[in-house]
Amino acid sequence: MTTTSPPQPGDLSLPARPGWPDATGHFGVFGGRFVPEALIAALDELTEAYEAMRVDPVFLEEFARLQRDYTGRPSPVTEVPRFAEHAGGARILLKREDLNHTGSHKINNVLGQALLTKRIGKTRVIAETGAGQHGVATATAAALMGLSCTVYMGEEDTRRQALNVARMRLLGAEVIPVTTGSRTLKDAINEAFRDWVTNVETTNYVFGTVAGPHPFPAMVRDFQRVIGDEARVQVLEREGRLPDAVLACVGGGSNAIGIFTAFIADEGVRLLGLEAGGDGVDSGRHAATITGGTPGVLHGARSFLLQDENGQTIESHSISAGLDYPGVGPEHSYLHDIGRAEYRPVTDAEAMEAFALLCRTEGIIPAIESAHALAGAMVLGRELGPDALLLVNLSGRGDKDVETASTWFGLGDREEVDPGPGLDTDQQPTDGAVANHEAVAGQDAGEEL
Amino acid sequence: MSALADRIAAARAEGRVALIAYLPVGYPDVDASIAAMVAAVEAGADVIEIGVPYSDPGMDGPVIQEAVEVAVRAGVGLRDVFRAVQAVAAAGAVPVVMTYWNPIERYGVERFAADLAAAGGAGLITPDLIPDEAGAWIAAAERADLDRVFLVAPSSTDVRLRSTTAASRGFVYVASTMGVTGARATVSDAAKVLVARTREARPDIALCVGLGVSNGAQAAELAAFADGVIVGSAYVRELLEGRGADGVRALTADLAAGVRRAGVPA
Repeated sequence: MTTTSPPQPGDLSLPARPGWPDATGHFGVFGGRFVPEALIAALDELTEAYEAMRVDPVFLEEFARLQRDYTGRPSPVTEVPRFAEHAGGARILLKREDLNHTGSHKINNVLGQALLTKRIGKTRVIAETGAGQHGVATATAAALMGLSCTVYMGEEDTRRQALNVARMRLLGAEVIPVTTGSRTLKDAINEAFRDWVTNVETTNYVFGTVAGPHPFPAMVRDFQRVIGDEARVQVLEREGRLPDAVLACVGGGSNAIGIFTAFIADEGVRLLGLEAGGDGVDSGRHAATITGGTPGVLHGARSFLLQDENGQTIESHSISAGLDYPGVGPEHSYLHDIGRAEYRPVTDAEAMEAFALLCRTEGIIPAIESAHALAGAMVLGRELGPDALLLVNLSGRGDKDVETASTWFGLGDREEVDPGPGLDTDQQPTDGAVANHEAVAGQDAGEEL
Repeated sequence: MSALADRIAAARAEGRVALIAYLPVGYPDVDASIAAMVAAVEAGADVIEIGVPYSDPGMDGPVIQEAVEVAVRAGVGLRDVFRAVQAVAAAGAVPVVMTYWNPIERYGVERFAADLAAAGGAGLITPDLIPDEAGAWIAAAERADLDRVFLVAPSSTDVRLRSTTAASRGFVYVASTMGVTGARATVSDAAKVLVARTREARPDIALCVGLGVSNGAQAAELAAFADGVIVGSAYVRELLEGRGADGVRALTADLAAGVRRAGVPA
């Protein structure tokens, strides 16, 4: 990829909102509103209130104050040279959304939507959550603003992410385990929509990602774009140039849209979304929606999704609960369609390798979701070589993933944990981790770890 | 020509309103679901709303969810739906298909419209497709001469009542309450208000009320102001609780008596 020339002073100004979606929420052929008529009035109300709010100086000031004093923005940019030694020597900068209050980028969006909820006079919020990060963020904002809060979470995920369930309950939210369908994020979204259509008079749905019916994809993007707006300025200030590529993991895709948006007009900057490849896209057990899916309609919008020949949603698989979703935000489908962003799969094994590497080379435990973006950077760095400058969105921290990681690496039953920079190839995994561990070990042998 | 409008008008000519029964294809299996539909026709249902199983039925309550989950797992698809359409038509009722949008988009809208018309189907009820997003479907339905039934809800504005009813053909599905499908003890007064508002928006189309209706007494109540009564979860419950075609017949008899009780002003 070409290196951009040093910035003119004008480059520091923030790029404008992209020219999409259209007035009815379409990103090319994607997006729109595929919902029951009963919800249209609420979506119209939300759209109208949001459009008024986003240019209202009183709101913007309040939002900026919360981001600064409550979330702790701006989040820093950290260079990770010891990690980058494993990425072909490319330089890697991390945008540290893991340092936000509540531990991920999700807080950026919920503060905006919670303020909007109060503005339209509703007293209760509902949310869906996969990994629990959006649920925790919503419960946090609800506590802060005195709103009652119900979070729907697939029963399977409540087991995988028990820590976050406890956090939500401590924050005063009601957590409802969803036992229908695959008992994961997609079913939690179905249940949240059912609640919303029943209680829409008092209740606002705080949607967690850039998917769903209009206005959610555009609104969540606007609330998340602070990530890229900040990072673009930070990189220009410290490097005097733009990065060659911006990388982020993509489940629904809110952290990726958040960091991509500021760079969309910078044609020389590659945008790379890393999808959850699970056991590998060819295995059929994955959550790589754009890589391995087809266009269709799910959860209120047209976008890529994992579906069978009858149009039934296929269950996704990923070690990362936050990426374990068979759909993706419509703007990503559009960016893929017009060739502005590229999307690649990262397997569970590759993500966990990058996870371990960042822990041991930089002292940062990333969310497993974000580890997918790190794994993508290791590959892209080798492709681009030592002069490349990569900006990676570290969308969340890995505290919630400690148990999953311990199981994966077989750490729980060992007296001593190996302190080396990578993973030993002689570690003996236990139980279900065997096959996965072998995949990691196999790569270790060939990849100088 | 609208097969649905004609059948509803014929019921009115008999001094009653139309009875519309929903059953999903594939529960407990395809053959048994078709047998249940035929039993409903024989016991007096005018229209069968044939449900397409879908993995993410966001507008359905637990009863219908449980049944369609079984059908989805069994791989039931549109081929089975067309077989049900043919069987219902042969039994003498009007078959209309109720589906979430993605199975149709996956099959191909044009191809679906042609195949549905060939099977003898009257058209589609689309709970998650509003007219604003339905350009391709409306065009295909025009070409294949099929009805398109859109929904109105208590939250619909007058502007939306006008645009939604204008795009509808056959009848308009009046969702009586805010919420998902499922039997309710009382059908809310909101239904009566919404029927009146919808009639004002478009006086020349039939208005059929659904969501929550489960027995003859409620059907009689609705028959006083609607053109048709739609019953879904109560039918599915008959099958879930193992009463099969006999249960469907008994429920239909109760409902069919209900839609005759109110007496329809000519």
